[in-house]
Amino acid sequence: MVLEKKHMKNADAALTAKNLNVYYGDFLAIKDVNMAMKRNSVTALIGPSGCGKSTFLRCLNRMNDLITSASVRGEILFEDLNIYSDKVDATEIRSKIGMVFQKPNPFPKSIYQNIAFGLKVNGFSGDIDEAVERSLHQASLWEEVKDRLDDSAFTLSGGQQQRLCIARALAVEPEVLLMDEPASSLDPIATLAIEDLVRDLKAHYTIIIVTHNMQQAARVSDETAFFMVGENRSGYLVEHDDTQRIFTNPSNEKTEEYITGRFS
Amino acid sequence: MASELRPVSDRLRRKRTYRRVLGGIFYGLFLASVCVGIIGLVVLLYEVLSNGLPWINWQFITDYPSRHPEEAGLFSALMGTVWLMGMTALFTVPVGVGAAIYLEEYAPRNILTRVIEINVANLAGVPSIVYGLLGLALFVTWFQLGRSILAGSMTLSLLVLPIVILSSREAIRAVPDSYRQAAYAMGADQWQVIKQVILPSAAPGILTGTILAMSRAIGEAAPVIAISALVYLTFVPAHPMDRFTVLPIQIYNWIARPQDEFRGLAAAGIIVLLVILLTMNAIAVFLRNRYQVRSEE
Amino acid sequence: MRAQESKNIAGQIISRRRGAVRIEGFIVKWVFFACATISILTTTGILFTLIYQATSFFNEISIWEFLTGTRWTPILKPRSYGVLPLVSGTLLVTLIAALVALPTGLMAAIFLSEYAPDKLRRFVKPVLEVLAGIPTVVYGYFALTFVTPLLQTVFEGLIVFNALSAGLVMGVMIIPMVSSLSEDAMVAVPRNLREGAYALGATRYEVSMKIVVPAALSGIIAAFILAISRAIGETMLVTIAAGATPSLSFNPMESVQTMTAYIVQLSLGEAPVGSLEYNTIFAVGLVLFAMTFVMNLLGFWIVRRFRESY
Repeated sequence: MVLEKKHMKNADAALTAKNLNVYYGDFLAIKDVNMAMKRNSVTALIGPSGCGKSTFLRCLNRMNDLITSASVRGEILFEDLNIYSDKVDATEIRSKIGMVFQKPNPFPKSIYQNIAFGLKVNGFSGDIDEAVERSLHQASLWEEVKDRLDDSAFTLSGGQQQRLCIARALAVEPEVLLMDEPASSLDPIATLAIEDLVRDLKAHYTIIIVTHNMQQAARVSDETAFFMVGENRSGYLVEHDDTQRIFTNPSNEKTEEYITGRFS
Repeated sequence: MASELRPVSDRLRRKRTYRRVLGGIFYGLFLASVCVGIIGLVVLLYEVLSNGLPWINWQFITDYPSRHPEEAGLFSALMGTVWLMGMTALFTVPVGVGAAIYLEEYAPRNILTRVIEINVANLAGVPSIVYGLLGLALFVTWFQLGRSILAGSMTLSLLVLPIVILSSREAIRAVPDSYRQAAYAMGADQWQVIKQVILPSAAPGILTGTILAMSRAIGEAAPVIAISALVYLTFVPAHPMDRFTVLPIQIYNWIARPQDEFRGLAAAGIIVLLVILLTMNAIAVFLRNRYQVRSEE
Repeated sequence: MRAQESKNIAGQIISRRRGAVRIEGFIVKWVFFACATISILTTTGILFTLIYQATSFFNEISIWEFLTGTRWTPILKPRSYGVLPLVSGTLLVTLIAALVALPTGLMAAIFLSEYAPDKLRRFVKPVLEVLAGIPTVVYGYFALTFVTPLLQTVFEGLIVFNALSAGLVMGVMIIPMVSSLSEDAMVAVPRNLREGAYALGATRYEVSMKIVVPAALSGIIAAFILAISRAIGETMLVTIAAGATPSLSFNPMESVQTMTAYIVQLSLGEAPVGSLEYNTIFAVGLVLFAMTFVMNLLGFWIVRRFRESY
């Protein structure tokens, strides 16, 4: 049972999941998720391993289409349109709903080319230099790389590479940014840099972030959704509420158990 | 700085249709490339079968070549192939497996080992006719073996040696380390471990690799021509120092003749050759599957 | 006393058995080492025999004349020993084969690596492997009896032995090699690189051509080089289909003779062992070996030097 404490007007929700079920072959990975994600805020998805939070995230930009055994039932509404309808082109969606991955994955190209790639592929007609610079500013990376844009992306540290991936995603001007445990492969200082960045970005983007680190969720997010592994190992949404409320006074006892660390 | 974002649509036009059409065109192109190979194979087999099948009969196998197409057969070539393959295997398997064992089990990580490995890799890319030249100068002339099956098989065994070494190394590498550890723990020394644990376990893989190497050797005409210098032979070899010919060379001989009937004979010879190859590969695949099932038990 | 004696005897037996095994192990190790060094000996042997025999040739004909001469008539009078026509024949056929095989093989590899569903891959790959395993005399037969007549209907007046037929069929013959090596290079590109590109809204075509192929480029180029080297060294196909007329012309409709075809021609001829004509095959063989050797080294070097790190 989902406890959806926030009743949002449609206009407030950037993304809404309706009766979402995801199968890998015959295995039901995610069961009946109904959830509205608020615009211009940070929503954190937390839960134990295997609860389907990453799978859910990947539904939001149709990345699961790339997995042949995956099939998605239900709807994801974005701008009043179900992104899974036949009329919608997945590549179109992905340029409006961007994604940053757990392990930084810059292309084996220069820093400049990494960002320019997304622009060119999406038919950008403006000044690429300017767009590259702006994205790097947004990702708080400009100062560190402005003199070496033509260097290979691999000359950057892990934290810098991740910020490059964020800059790359932002360059195509998405409305939503999905982040799949973006700091989990980084050291604590780089992690804090990413968290600061997330807080800055929410003014202009809707951010959905998956994290296994509860303190991070508490620090960074406005709303939190807690997923759990249910019967037959299917993941389901337990509770979705203001972050404050979830961490101080959760409505569901399973949420409380997870938060207080009685299991992980 | 983030607040200076301008609205989206005026600069990122996203070019939906163009990209989709382009993608579709290239998908078709990529698919067509795969079809080139498949269609080529189908056409080739059809050609060979339609021209050659009428000529296949028992006489064809047991007769000797002749100027008269109706009386021609490939017995001498077939026997020559059998002799050559048998002797090639005799030379190449012990040497190849020995080299593989050395490289996998004994060789230290030093320059010499590196040089050996580089050599094996390079030799795999040397044109087969060059091996023929080597065999001609070394085995036929210098060792004075004459244009015999012995010289031919020694040459061919050098040709397929890299294949045998490579596949034997893989087979040896596939033996689980736990077998080795258990054997060493019982106090066996290196050679005992190899002889009694590793080789038996790697044997099916080695056998498969040998069959694949032989199926490469069976189709080789160029180096054999350089050694035997014959394409037309009407007797069966009786001992290793005899002269000889092989199936691919007999096929070549028939192809080179102007009369149309000989084209049919050539096609028939090709069918025989392909059938032999198919059988060898089928055996190799069968062995590989059986072996894999074993090791998973 | 008895117990002590028997213990001593037992000790001697055990150590003797241990010793025997150890000697056996020692011998065996060196036997295997000898087997491994045969590969070095083979390379040395090839170099030595080619150079040694070619030297006999170069004692009579200058290297300069050999490498720069434009007529190759070692048997017919007036004799001429310029190897360039053979080299150009080889290069012409190889060029045609490369034009066929390199793009087709690469595109087939892209299809198999990026587009094809699993079931299709499992069907197509064995078919390509079969294509690779067919003996080259069969391809020669195919070129002469099917492709040439077909081309003759398109190009009127095309002579029976020509470089075009041989080149086209050679191209089909090396497609599997290009395809398989390129595919290996592309499959090695990690998945998360592709995912990053898809997440930016790229189409499958854009991901394949703008991310995967550039990332696998060194492996793909090495594949090209190795395939070309294979084409240069191919013998039976060109002997059967391309002709026996050494010619410097780069006209694919004409008859040419490749280096390899010449060696076959002479081997089947009457030249006595040790004569000048006989030694020509080693001189030509040396050039052939040098060309393929350099190309193979180049291929391996490119892979090692430019291997992209992900």
